[in-house]
Amino acid sequence: MRLTQGTFSFLPDLTDAQVRAQVEYCLARGWAVSLEYTDDPHPRNTYWEMYGQPMFDLKDAAGVMAELAACRKAFPNHYAKLNAFDSTHGWESLRLSFIVNRPKDEPGFELRREEGAGRQQRYTTRSYATARPEGARYD
Amino acid sequence: MPNDLADRYRAGVMKYAQMGYWQPDYQPKETDVLALFRITPQEGVDPEEAAAAVAGESSTATWTVVWTDRLTACDMYRAKAYRVDPVPGTPGQWFAYIAYDLDLFEPGSIANLTASIIGNVFGFKPLKALRLEDMRLPVAYVKTFQGPATGIVVERERLDKFGRPLLGATVKPKLGLSGKSYGRVVYEALKGGLDFTKDDENINSQPFMHWRDRFLYCMEAVNRAQAATGEIKGTYLNVTAATMEDMYERAELAKELGSTIVMIDLVIGYTAIQSMAKWARRNDMILHLHRAGHSTYTRQKTHGVSFRVISKWMRLAGVDHIHAGTIVGKLEGDPNSVKGFYDILRETNNPQNLERGLFFDQPWGGLRGVMPVASGGIHAGQMHQLLTYLGDDVVLQFGGGTIGHPMGIQAGATANRVALEAMVLARNEGRDIWNEGPQILANAAKSCAPLKAALDTWGEVTFDYASTDTLDYVPTPTAA
Repeated sequence: MRLTQGTFSFLPDLTDAQVRAQVEYCLARGWAVSLEYTDDPHPRNTYWEMYGQPMFDLKDAAGVMAELAACRKAFPNHYAKLNAFDSTHGWESLRLSFIVNRPKDEPGFELRREEGAGRQQRYTTRSYATARPEGARYD
Repeated sequence: MPNDLADRYRAGVMKYAQMGYWQPDYQPKETDVLALFRITPQEGVDPEEAAAAVAGESSTATWTVVWTDRLTACDMYRAKAYRVDPVPGTPGQWFAYIAYDLDLFEPGSIANLTASIIGNVFGFKPLKALRLEDMRLPVAYVKTFQGPATGIVVERERLDKFGRPLLGATVKPKLGLSGKSYGRVVYEALKGGLDFTKDDENINSQPFMHWRDRFLYCMEAVNRAQAATGEIKGTYLNVTAATMEDMYERAELAKELGSTIVMIDLVIGYTAIQSMAKWARRNDMILHLHRAGHSTYTRQKTHGVSFRVISKWMRLAGVDHIHAGTIVGKLEGDPNSVKGFYDILRETNNPQNLERGLFFDQPWGGLRGVMPVASGGIHAGQMHQLLTYLGDDVVLQFGGGTIGHPMGIQAGATANRVALEAMVLARNEGRDIWNEGPQILANAAKSCAPLKAALDTWGEVTFDYASTDTLDYVPTPTAA
């Protein structure tokens, strides 16, 4: 399967030039770009690991691209996403968030069911990868 | 002067203007509720008297003088018509501005606000027609409302979806599918790439599909699609029913089943909407509102209530989604008017903008934003127009444009999602999507057969009719 979280997951993986153009769009609006990575892509896993702090005050997209290269090198087989945070009053959240690295194989998720009364089911979504310990899931 | 007052309160009939409902020197207070009406007086009724009559009948007046006014602070409670302007280019019609003291209204009640402002006055004989064009709700009053249960930002955080419009589809045919068949459409559309599917306004609990069946099959579809994509999905379960007790029962089951969102129709009424907004806030649920019925009073320019006013009331009432027009689709929508509705729903503060029909500055006092929904006759080939007109914070709903796809529902959903992501990517790269849009779509379709098929099927379809609800304004000359 292909995990379709993030703004551009239905397009072919973005090239570095395409990522850079998006970063420039974000920086031009004063948004702070940050990187996060994980090997637990459950759709409700809100807190991916932070790869460093949000890059406040950064002006040049080259800085982000260097961090992205380092993140990919350190976690070549994890998911990584690039976020842009807007601290404007009334928003104070992300404006853009897209995947910039994927494991080679994406085994996807199992849907477990527990049958209840009145035909109700309790559903559990479980990543096939998370049966293994953190850090060894996509080796 | 006692003798003047004695004259003023002598039993009998007196013109509304003379009773104090026309006060051209009145300076509205920061805390006043302001209303702008379009009035069409009967022949022989002068506009100031007509405006005064509207002020009177929507506040303290009755048809004759009553001495019991003198037991009250009646000068304060009396609404004041303070300005009357001819409608530009439209003989026989006037814009009347009326100010209401804040103490005339119960805090936090749309029912009470509307019972005054549109309660009696629309059937008043001296007027041929009357339309409520806009209102200014003072921040002191805004703060007495809960506002959207979830709001745009928190909805995005819950769904983990940023940087693009959300995508939805209304299940079609809107009537007749069994629960099992209905859930099939939901599953295919969500798995193919949509974020949401939606019940239509008249899907409640009918012989062909009872509500519990629909909810169970839909949540099976949502959970299957979520596991297949690793992405949060939702379906607006319409809980509209005959009584509040029924609606709460349906909403509770939606919550138990793990739905992120429930839906109501505008026809349930303002009080029921506010009740459901409070329920949604208590239960971490997004609340979708379908504006079923609104065109009966929003569409004609001379009589009724403008949708910009309904937008303001619904933001106060606390819904998270509201259908607010597409501009390019099959339903009524003048571009500038629709942009005005979107501003009202989404912005933290609305400065006056006559070009978009916003007659007043409107502060929102920290109330969260409502996500507008664009639905009705839109398709992937219009993506550049939709993104340009409507921006990122909108749900684009392609019902026919998903389910009617020649390669199937999943392919229809994929076509829409690819078209959207390609267009957002191009816009962010600085490309001129308004002009290059068709080329951007054609390029994206090279690696996406479903998008190619969608463009081949609907690429040229447009709904080009004149709007009935257009704006009447004269651009203000500037000093520069």
